Amino acid sequence: MSTWDGFHLARAQFAFTIMAHIIFPALSIGLASYLAVLEGLWLRTGRTVYLDLFHYWLKPFSLAFGMGVVSGVVMSYQFGTNWSSFADKTGAVIGPLMGYEVLSAFFLEAGFLGVMLFGMKRVGPRLHFAATCIVAVGTLISAFWILAVNSWMQTPAGFTIGPDGRLLPASWWQIIFNPSFPVRFPHMVLAAYLSVACIVGATGAWHLLRGRGSPAVQTMFSMALWMAALAAPAQIFMGDLHGLNTLQHQPVKVAAMEGHYDSHDGAPLILFGFPDDKTQRVDDALEIPNLSSLILTHSWNGHVRGLKEWPPQDRPPVAVVFWAFRVMVGLGFAMLGLGVAGLWLRWRGRLFTTRPLHWAALALGPAGLTALLAGWVTTEVGRQPYTVYGVLRTVDSVSPVGAPGLAVSLTAFVLVYLTVFGAGILMLLRLLASPPQANEAGPPPQPSHAAGITPGPALAAE
Amino acid sequence: MLPVIWAALIAFAVLAYVVLDGFDLGVGILFAVEREDVSRDVMVNSVAPVWDGNETWLVLGGGGLFAVFPLAYATIMPALYPAIIGMLLALVFRGVAFEFRFRAATRTGRRLWDISFAAGSTVAAFCQGLTLGGLLQGIHVVNRAYAGGWWDWLSSFSVLCGVALVIGYALLGATWLIWRTDGALQTRCRGYAKALGAATLGLIIVVSLWTPMLHPEFEARWFGWPGILLTSPVPILVALLAWRGWLGLAHQEHRSPFLCALGWFVLCFAGLGISMFPLMVPPSIDIWQAAAPPSSQAFLLVGAAVLVPIILAYTGYAYWVFRGKVVPGVHYH
Repeated sequence: MSTWDGFHLARAQFAFTIMAHIIFPALSIGLASYLAVLEGLWLRTGRTVYLDLFHYWLKPFSLAFGMGVVSGVVMSYQFGTNWSSFADKTGAVIGPLMGYEVLSAFFLEAGFLGVMLFGMKRVGPRLHFAATCIVAVGTLISAFWILAVNSWMQTPAGFTIGPDGRLLPASWWQIIFNPSFPVRFPHMVLAAYLSVACIVGATGAWHLLRGRGSPAVQTMFSMALWMAALAAPAQIFMGDLHGLNTLQHQPVKVAAMEGHYDSHDGAPLILFGFPDDKTQRVDDALEIPNLSSLILTHSWNGHVRGLKEWPPQDRPPVAVVFWAFRVMVGLGFAMLGLGVAGLWLRWRGRLFTTRPLHWAALALGPAGLTALLAGWVTTEVGRQPYTVYGVLRTVDSVSPVGAPGLAVSLTAFVLVYLTVFGAGILMLLRLLASPPQANEAGPPPQPSHAAGITPGPALAAE
Repeated sequence: MLPVIWAALIAFAVLAYVVLDGFDLGVGILFAVEREDVSRDVMVNSVAPVWDGNETWLVLGGGGLFAVFPLAYATIMPALYPAIIGMLLALVFRGVAFEFRFRAATRTGRRLWDISFAAGSTVAAFCQGLTLGGLLQGIHVVNRAYAGGWWDWLSSFSVLCGVALVIGYALLGATWLIWRTDGALQTRCRGYAKALGAATLGLIIVVSLWTPMLHPEFEARWFGWPGILLTSPVPILVALLAWRGWLGLAHQEHRSPFLCALGWFVLCFAGLGISMFPLMVPPSIDIWQAAAPPSSQAFLLVGAAVLVPIILAYTGYAYWVFRGKVVPGVHYH
């Protein structure tokens, strides 16, 4: 099988489009909750700094949400266009979960997004706050269903296999609350919150470094560092639980993450090294004795299974999983460091004056999203060579679409996404490059209507 | 019974998508003739708060098909691959333009995102027509998988459907703007609506005469006895709506042209249903063969029965909040 046959092109296209997509929902999840908190604080305290921050962050939210919608519509069709065999075999089991995602989340978000973006003057602050909360809850419901689907593909449960090879639902409870869902869902939501904390923190830090330490800037920086201090340790704890869950249900993935080709009692933790699938060893490994056993089995000489216990055709590609995992964990601890430093300097009263902290926060701006993407690469590449782990192989999931067509569509996706989302991200950065103003305005396409609770500025405009 | 209920629900979702996103895609298509910044801003603002909800019906159509008719989803999508991918990419260009055109740093940038909005809307509409035409003319399925070639979807019929949908959506957009705007823009839209209405009517007639010729089953349904009892009211109602819509335009009514255009779409959709039922993927897969097992259909139906009415209620609320004429707003820069 050559590298650029239809199968690999389909995988590349899915990987590219979903990694581009996931950035935007992650921002929407985190920002929607942050916006709900800001608006709630404004209503409670009456301090305009919260309203200004609300309007300031509403604009990037609106941009990210729009990009999430259009890249998400693509995803909802890709199972059919590129993975039609997968769709036919698993549709009866995971299709309804996606149906629930659309019915219970997408419509909810879309229905109230208009009010949230443009409706403050039309419905009044309290109803508007309700709309913001509904959108925030909608993003979480959406995450619930799509993580249920993804978790089921990792740890399938509650199904039977029909005579024609199709998978049939047996227990919806077991399908939704499959073994890895309870750890994967909070892990993802925390990742979204941390991603946004990093971006808000970096924005605040940038303006502090530029000498624009207005109350709004200080408030956003302080809130972001609180979030990092709370969510980073929670995330590391969740990540550990997730790892133990994976060890139980997908031990070969953990072996790839750890870079263990051989089974060990008292396995060392390989900090760095270069896994080589040909020689089946990790070159130039930097190891800490027994630590891997201690982390994974919580015992000094615990038994850790190596990749060689599985036939080569059942193993994931090791190097990608190994490195992506290290990127995620490394950035996770960097964010923890930022949170702890923030707590310490806050206690010393130097949160807004310690420039090295601001530089660090600025540098870690993309850390949350990068860690999130690395985490997805770890878990998704680690699931290979299966789409439904242990049940349906990736190679048996693909559509009967030929390589030339896929080459064209993949090229088109790459070009369009780089242009369109590249432009969108530039606009987002430009928005964040100017600090929040007093009496900050909302997103720009503010429709003004002649009827409704407040008449639009029909005369003033001309 | 479950497959019939679900076929009706999916058909409803697709119809909701066509009429709702139809008018906001139509607004984008009309950018080709409306070149002033002020009117373009008003046009975009008239749909900005609702387009996202409108497009969600497309996700329900796709996601719903995956859930309850996976075989249809797994055969239609590969068969119409280029048209589907083309539509998705076009929707990317137009979806982001809602935000981007207001945020462009330069005039040139704004022009580019205006083009992206107009071209994206037009191409998306055209690709949806290709998809419809490609599905109607039939998809070659062997052993639960698409077994046709690369260019099966491309025919004079599918291209005609593509053109028809672009013109039809533009009519929806023009009549929507008659309802939701005032002044010179509204007057110009009446002119567009007259031309587009005549063109749409002509295309409806051609497509309607052509469709029964695609498969003998379709023909028997339309012209055989007793099918003709069901089918003959459709053209009569189309003619009545044409007359009523024309009156509405002539008398400068605000809302009736839009409702008549909607009526046309509903009738054409009903006509499609008459042709196809119970086929899901002509010529070989019917709704029972395409259906997911009853436990899947029942599980999602519980949710749909509860959630769809709620969705309709708050969607109606969102439209109500942003009711009334859209007037040129404050300038944004």
